[in-house]
Amino acid sequence: MNNTIKFILDGKNVEYNGNPSERLLDVLRNYFHSTGVKCGCKEGECGACSVLIDGVLANSCMLTVGRIENCEVMTIEGFSKTKKFDVIDKAYSSVGAVQCGFCIPGMVLATEYLLSQNPNPTEEEIRDGISGNLCRCTGYNAIVRAVGIAAKEGEGLW
Amino acid sequence: MNISQSVRKKDHRAKIDGSAKYVEDLNIDGMLQARVLRSKYARAKILNIKTPSLPEGYFIVDKNDVPGINEVHMVEDDTPVFADGIVEFIGDPILMVVGPDLKIVDELLNKIVVDYEVLTPVLDPEKSDTAFFEYDFGKGDVEEAFSKADKVYTETFRTGYQEQAYLEVQGMIGDYHDGKVTVRGSMQCPYYVHGAVAKAMGLEARKVQIIQDVTGGGFGGKEDYPSLLGCQLAVASHKAKKPVRCIFERREDMEFTTKRHPSISKYKVAVKDGKVTAMDIDVIFDGGAYTTLSAVVLQRGLMCSNGVYNVPNLKVHGKAVKTNTTPTGAYRGFGAPQTFFAVETIMNRIARDLNIDEIDFKLANVVKEGDSTSTSGKFHFHVPLPEMMEKILKKSDYRRKKEEYKNQTGRYRKGIGFSWHLHGAGFTGSAERDLIKAEVKLLKHANNKVEILASNADIGQGLKTTFSKIVANELNIPYEEILINNPDTDRVPDSGPTVASRSLMVVGELLRRAAIKLRSNWIENEEQVIIENFKEPDFVIPFDINVFQGDAYPTYAWGAQIIELEIDTLTGGHKVIGVWSSFDVGTPIDMNIVVGQMEGGLLQGIGYSHMENMDYDNKGRIRNNSFTDYIIPTAADIPFFDVDMHIVEYPLGPYGAKGAGELPLVGVASAYIEAVENATKSNINHNPITMEETLVAFKEAK
Repeated sequence: MNNTIKFILDGKNVEYNGNPSERLLDVLRNYFHSTGVKCGCKEGECGACSVLIDGVLANSCMLTVGRIENCEVMTIEGFSKTKKFDVIDKAYSSVGAVQCGFCIPGMVLATEYLLSQNPNPTEEEIRDGISGNLCRCTGYNAIVRAVGIAAKEGEGLW
Repeated sequence: MNISQSVRKKDHRAKIDGSAKYVEDLNIDGMLQARVLRSKYARAKILNIKTPSLPEGYFIVDKNDVPGINEVHMVEDDTPVFADGIVEFIGDPILMVVGPDLKIVDELLNKIVVDYEVLTPVLDPEKSDTAFFEYDFGKGDVEEAFSKADKVYTETFRTGYQEQAYLEVQGMIGDYHDGKVTVRGSMQCPYYVHGAVAKAMGLEARKVQIIQDVTGGGFGGKEDYPSLLGCQLAVASHKAKKPVRCIFERREDMEFTTKRHPSISKYKVAVKDGKVTAMDIDVIFDGGAYTTLSAVVLQRGLMCSNGVYNVPNLKVHGKAVKTNTTPTGAYRGFGAPQTFFAVETIMNRIARDLNIDEIDFKLANVVKEGDSTSTSGKFHFHVPLPEMMEKILKKSDYRRKKEEYKNQTGRYRKGIGFSWHLHGAGFTGSAERDLIKAEVKLLKHANNKVEILASNADIGQGLKTTFSKIVANELNIPYEEILINNPDTDRVPDSGPTVASRSLMVVGELLRRAAIKLRSNWIENEEQVIIENFKEPDFVIPFDINVFQGDAYPTYAWGAQIIELEIDTLTGGHKVIGVWSSFDVGTPIDMNIVVGQMEGGLLQGIGYSHMENMDYDNKGRIRNNSFTDYIIPTAADIPFFDVDMHIVEYPLGPYGAKGAGELPLVGVASAYIEAVENATKSNINHNPITMEETLVAFKEAK
């Protein structure tokens, strides 16, 4: 059964003509070519496929495309064109927080969501805020430092 | 410029904005998708395979389609590209189904019926009658030392699997075209894949091209496995006459690709006048169904089985045995985490029995510059362990806490543990000289930009950045003018594999020397090529692998760590309170990168000690094959790490740098388990320790 599902992807109105029970992750990657959305486990554990849906952090592997009708979906491709991204980019770079990079688009969106909810998080709140996103390379310390720096440098943005 | 000062990483921007293309992100016209049909039994004969009729454009690819030899070239070439009549573990690849639509590929795969004659598998490594590799070596007179000892201690230690759990699953593309094959994807060692594909395809070397794509972590897990997948896809593409890609599912990746060897280590230690006088060590590594890299993993595990201690009389025996389980292979530390867990833990036991402070006992036995190594080589350089230890003892307030935690009551109990270790820098033994023979090239373009041509892959450890910094520094040109792409064997020479923490120390130094040559021959606006080759350092005592004598490594990196825990006596749950560590990797080539390696390695070590408890059932099937069941640490699982860099320069490494990446994982398990022993007042002889086992430990407390 095919439907037309309308939503906003990275600020643009788009339509998906297909099965509404398709995994959002697959639709974003295969149909809209948003390859910055990474597939790590397809069971909601690793967070590599994180996107923002109406500003809320979500695993795109755990949602069907039918569920996001009329929603605003933000991927790293869209978010990387914002001022907030520039601050996060600089902060991550300054501490060398990007290693293999596979978890990083998801981490950046988790950072954005955390700071949008809590612009001045404590270290513990940062650790909690990014704990849905697995990273096997960094030991997380550099990422935690980067989020702290972004919060400070981006004062007023969030 | 101070070489340790951090710069913006070469690959930072593309990775953070999502534009970096990993193998799953590539789009090649007409590309087909593949899935692997795998054995359902741990050991069986294949009697018959019934296949459905295939729609147009779909193919089944098996052993009969291998144009060359049906073996994956590695150390011993016993892994078949596709199973030939017999399967040796659950997951052994039998064939591939290939076609344009992955859903139809999956449907076809499900319609294939394999008739097996099921055989009894060997699952217990102690019951295996096949030793893939077996080594004996030693020094001194062990029997005499035991006969004169004050006391002799015997213990057996066991360790489990560890899964690399890189975030990007394995994936490759094979593309056969015009008599040539291109294989690309996620990998650490392009020239390993190159050798394997050439053999399986029966092609001469120049007809094989291997390209590394952006790689989402490896930790050893993408050292040899991509050779197998690369061969399968090259064969598939040869048959389908189109590019073919296979991207693993997470569960498939966790269950069927190589992981760290489980181990059983039996130690017998003689002590006289507070000094260790002899060790008799017997080690078994579970190699799984095929040999993969077990020979080298075992060698490294055995060479450091006496830890950082000066043991004048030493007898070491070890074997890697065959079982009908998933083949085990390379993982950060390469055999050393297993034996270091054993040797550090028995040293703690002995100290406690002798009623000597554990730190003082270890200090009285630690090696120093000039002492002989386990293989009668020499520690040629200063051993900084005592200074490193002092620093972290002070920072963590170790001695006071250790005493305080001996007498605890109440629901929550604390524990603290210490360990130290070495890691041989570079490839094991004489391999660098005899087998690898690394070569690098610098290509100066006519526009005066300089391109680095080496086969080592940036898999997240920052090689593009550190290589570029070294060359820029020596040429005195801006770092931004150094070009470095992912290795493509059509363009880069064989500088050896991206393993054993050798890339920076060995290949980085070759690049530094090439840059010096280029600087003194620089011709403005002309293309120039500079080549540099590996030469063994003069001071090295030549290593003989047949008798395990000589310098197994030119130098060593050193580490010490302290872990403090709080354990809940009601649930058995562990909470890490603090981690204090000190590492000597020589001069850090970029401080952010080195600290990142230390922190990442430490956390993998903490996972190895407590959370990462992978096991198989009585049929030989790995039970926890997902991030739901195989738990790796999250950001919330640790409060902080204190990482101290202690620098002893290695004169033959670039600017004094030594190997770094593997070091931080090697010593964690023993410090962690000692902390658990301190809190529970019991002896623990295995790693990892789960919550359930922690409760048992409290019950059995002395």
